Amino acid sequence: MAKIKSLDDLRMMKESLQSKINLREKGEDPGSHVQIKVAMATCGIASGAKTVMEFMMEELEKRGIESVITQTGCMGYCFAEPTIEVKLPGKEPVVFGYVDNKKADEIIEKYIKNGELVDGIIPMNYETIE
Amino acid sequence: MKDIALHILDIIQNSIVAKATLIEISIDEDFVNDSILVTIKDNGCGMSKKMIEKVSDPYTTSRTTRKVGLGIPLLKQNADRTGGYLSIKSELEIGTTLIASFKPSNIDCLPMGDIAGVISLTVSGNPSIDFIYNHKINGNLYTFSTIEVKKVLGDVSIGDPSISVYLKEMIQTNLEEIQIDSIGYKT
Repeated sequence: MAKIKSLDDLRMMKESLQSKINLREKGEDPGSHVQIKVAMATCGIASGAKTVMEFMMEELEKRGIESVITQTGCMGYCFAEPTIEVKLPGKEPVVFGYVDNKKADEIIEKYIKNGELVDGIIPMNYETIE
Repeated sequence: MKDIALHILDIIQNSIVAKATLIEISIDEDFVNDSILVTIKDNGCGMSKKMIEKVSDPYTTSRTTRKVGLGIPLLKQNADRTGGYLSIKSELEIGTTLIASFKPSNIDCLPMGDIAGVISLTVSGNPSIDFIYNHKINGNLYTFSTIEVKKVLGDVSIGDPSISVYLKEMIQTNLEEIQIDSIGYKT
């Protein structure tokens, strides 16, 4: 496949993806997806949150896990950046600190796939910051 | 921050928090005149005169989760030390324009970094906000507008994870092209 350059290339790509995307949208409600928030304030970005977010988007897509990844602000754990919040369907959100690509991989494999807790959880009761 | 692209990613968050619906990012790299200008313009809630005066102070933030706000002071420091400057214009209810100027010949000038990644990440992370991104290298311009992209995508969300990769590729390819076009002009 040639590289995508123009909007026309993008249109063609979208049409070839359409069937897959339709499946996703008509599938279960968004509450059944894994929801991930990456803290993307100054502290997070400076510690490498961008790399982690790109890694997670790529890997979750590759491993076929239905997920919604969004950015959020600083959750107040600047000391433990990059931090991510993972909410599995029907469970309370969990915040992980010091997440690099290796940690992110472990979180996907153990926590997201099997619900098995891994090191690096920030034990805090808090309300999600919008 | 390691590069200019990360600073841009950071500053855009300010516009998002300010509830902007349209954010314009312009980068003008002019190596003939030794200047890089980064302009971020939003139509968010704006700031009062008092706030603008204080905004370069690291102990100023609108947040309640912590007491420091380093995004703008860090950018100002990195711009200043190349011999550039940082300026902010803002009007309440109208929006804010931030301009950061760098001198690329200065050894302290940060590299541009992965700007295509930053733009695609921001765009797919904020599907309800429109972005216009202009990147000029020695006079060669590339424009990326989510208004156009959304038209092409139709009912597929711009935030769909499978789209993000292609947006990045599209921006990257076009940037490489204007970079090649500009080589002849490099001093």
